[in-house]
Amino acid sequence: MFAFFVRRLIQATLVMLVISVIAFSIQDNLGDPLREMVGQSVSEAERQALREEMGLNDPFIVQYWRFLQKALRGDLGTSYFFKRPAVDVILDKLPATLELVFGASLIIILLSVPIGVFAAIYPKHWFSKFAMGVSIVGISIPVFLTAILSIYIFSVELNWLPSFGRGETVEIFGGWTTGFLTRDGLVHLILPCIALSSIMLPLFIRLIRAEMLEVLESEYVKFAWAKGLSPKRVWFVHALKNTLLPVITVGGVQIGTLIAYTILTETVFQWPGMGFLFLEAVNRVDTPLIIAYLIVVGLIFVITNTIVDLVYGLVNPTVKLARPQGGD
Amino acid sequence: MKKFFKFLVISVLGMTVGVAANAATLRMAYDADPVSLDPHEQLSGGTLQLSHMIFDPLVRWNQELGFDPRLAESWERLDENTFRFKLRKGVKFHSGNEMTALDVSWTFDRLKKSPDFKGIFAPFEALNVVDQHTIDIVTKEPYPLVLHTATYIFPMDRKFYDGYDENGKPKDAIIKHGDAFASTNASGTGPYTITSREQGVKVEFVRFKDYWDTNSPGNVDKIIFTPIKEDPTRVAALLSGDVDFIAPVPPADLDRIDKDPNVDLVTMSGTRIITFQLNQNRRPEFKDPRVRQAIVHAINNEGIVEKIMRGFGTAAAQQSPKGYMGYKDNLKPRYDLEKAKALMKEAGYEDGFSVTMMAPNNRYVNDDKIAEAVAGMLAKINIKVDLKTMPKAQYWPKFDERAADMMMIGWHSDTEDSSNFTEFLAMTPDEATGYGQYNSGNYSNPRVDELVLANQKETDEGKRAAMLQEIEQILYDDAAFVPLHWQDRAWAARKGVDIAPIVNVMNFPYLGDLVIKE
Repeated sequence: MFAFFVRRLIQATLVMLVISVIAFSIQDNLGDPLREMVGQSVSEAERQALREEMGLNDPFIVQYWRFLQKALRGDLGTSYFFKRPAVDVILDKLPATLELVFGASLIIILLSVPIGVFAAIYPKHWFSKFAMGVSIVGISIPVFLTAILSIYIFSVELNWLPSFGRGETVEIFGGWTTGFLTRDGLVHLILPCIALSSIMLPLFIRLIRAEMLEVLESEYVKFAWAKGLSPKRVWFVHALKNTLLPVITVGGVQIGTLIAYTILTETVFQWPGMGFLFLEAVNRVDTPLIIAYLIVVGLIFVITNTIVDLVYGLVNPTVKLARPQGGD
Repeated sequence: MKKFFKFLVISVLGMTVGVAANAATLRMAYDADPVSLDPHEQLSGGTLQLSHMIFDPLVRWNQELGFDPRLAESWERLDENTFRFKLRKGVKFHSGNEMTALDVSWTFDRLKKSPDFKGIFAPFEALNVVDQHTIDIVTKEPYPLVLHTATYIFPMDRKFYDGYDENGKPKDAIIKHGDAFASTNASGTGPYTITSREQGVKVEFVRFKDYWDTNSPGNVDKIIFTPIKEDPTRVAALLSGDVDFIAPVPPADLDRIDKDPNVDLVTMSGTRIITFQLNQNRRPEFKDPRVRQAIVHAINNEGIVEKIMRGFGTAAAQQSPKGYMGYKDNLKPRYDLEKAKALMKEAGYEDGFSVTMMAPNNRYVNDDKIAEAVAGMLAKINIKVDLKTMPKAQYWPKFDERAADMMMIGWHSDTEDSSNFTEFLAMTPDEATGYGQYNSGNYSNPRVDELVLANQKETDEGKRAAMLQEIEQILYDDAAFVPLHWQDRAWAARKGVDIAPIVNVMNFPYLGDLVIKE
């Protein structure tokens, strides 16, 4: 276990380093941050002076070395736009994004398991066919389109749900504001969560259905039937438990993807989270914020994958984390 | 019991007063929120919009492009180089300090230090304090745009910005990157003060109870400002009643909003000119005025306005929009394909040539689509266009490099005056003076340069107008650039929110005067 953590830590550090190098080397291609910071009629000389002052004229290696030294002390630079440490800005927006991802995950888990299992047990049932049909549509429609459509239907035409933002939030601890505890906050969560889950949900329904179908054909399930076990026990204990193994693996990886999809969802819903922040940072060439975002999200990926590996070990005892060649 | 009774009377009175004033809350959404609370940090639309909420200028533009007195009650020209302003008395800053001539003088000195504003104030020599409520603005040479420039003087509370913040930095420092007191704290004389601000998410304003302008009809005592970046979401927020007032309105939704019985649409012909410049250093062909004329004649800019802008613009043949001093009525769009072909033939380029073109894709309304249309139109006179569009963040460095033969540029005059267009877009580029900074075409005409320099010192309006109009005529005859159109402006609000009288072509709505009828 200890060796596993050490290995993960080294891997994570390497990943972070690579991300920071990539982020740093693309920054010159993102545009000129000065242009976003001064008015259009400001002279070139004035801009050069500011660039010099900010150290943007230094060679790449000098800038990168300066960045690394600061990064080791937890300082990933100061956002040009927010004028605050980039890490603080991102951590401020983290709760909004995580709540969105949590809400969407909840929808995915609560709906995909029952529907997937049902569709595997009764593949010929009209509901199974209907669910499969809808899921194809769901996968094919881009998230931002689902988001805009749902705003027009539920906010503009029906006027049932709010069109943007997080609504009323309450602070629970350490600056974490939540929308899950107020009625207004919950109402604001519905559309963005549905939009965000719209791609993953069909994917998981299909995944669970396919895995379950396969498991139902396996020898030990046939044996369980032969033993005369009740259908419930066969389906939910023998079959479902084994179905979930690959689903957990995919799920862990997909949480990262879900965070990536928040960029679109948050932008459409003006959701004050990290994804929206990132897109805005790219538009404004706020390079310190872009780099910090990539590193923080990279870290989230590493952490979720580590957790998935641990959970995997718990569900499937044949996986031994300490063995270098196995496990992950 | 007596106490209780007193309390009751007071609260009932308070309630009736509240009802009489008909206090209202405005929920508004723009596409972006201001970068900073410091009015001198960045010269941008967002900064000016905010400045008109928490500060007041000496004078401000009205809808007829004239000047209304604000913190300056009256003004007069003492001599060629001196303008005297009488300041309003009894004006309080949000901090409670009284505004005096010393605050104005302090603000002026700070403007001269601001990288973004010092250019505008370059013609100004000094601001002299005559007495507590009188100032003299002295220019280096006779300068016609003193009042135009005075719209940029938003007196700041000198005492409030005095001293050092907790990090030991002076409170009045103008810092573009990193934390600064003035970026997050403000004390002005404006109709609103900020109660909370979460950058990029929400800003809340309340009306300043000691606001000097008691004649203002405005009854909005609270503003909740939310930036909504995405066009469809902003429109949806208005249509679903989540916000009361939005800007800008995307052209694609103009019809829909216009037809909606619950919202009002206000549009105005804009002042931002969209053009293409023809780089004569990169393309020898562009040195030939006949080729430039051919290009201008080949581009159907009225068609672009109608089809791509959906009527949301005015086709242009010059830089100055109507109402500006340099506007010349006889200059009309000149789309004529046959003539364009004839000109190409005359210039010896009947078989055409190939050019590169660049345009931004998120800076101006429909910028990339306009560029595509122009490229298509040029194909008809055998000019093959290799077009690249890119986000503005990448576009501006390319523009500085003059990286393509034809580059798109839109321009809004910071002074709301014709001269500014030519100074930046059409004068001979000169790094030392900064003239022609955005003239990527390298168009150069000594007569134009001479006229611009002369008009800057001409205080006689008639003579100035003649010079500015002559410039427009020369640029037109020379086909110095390709004029496309002036972008319109549009705002939309829920019925009852009376935005028509408070919006203006500069796009800084005077929210202090906004009336909401229930």
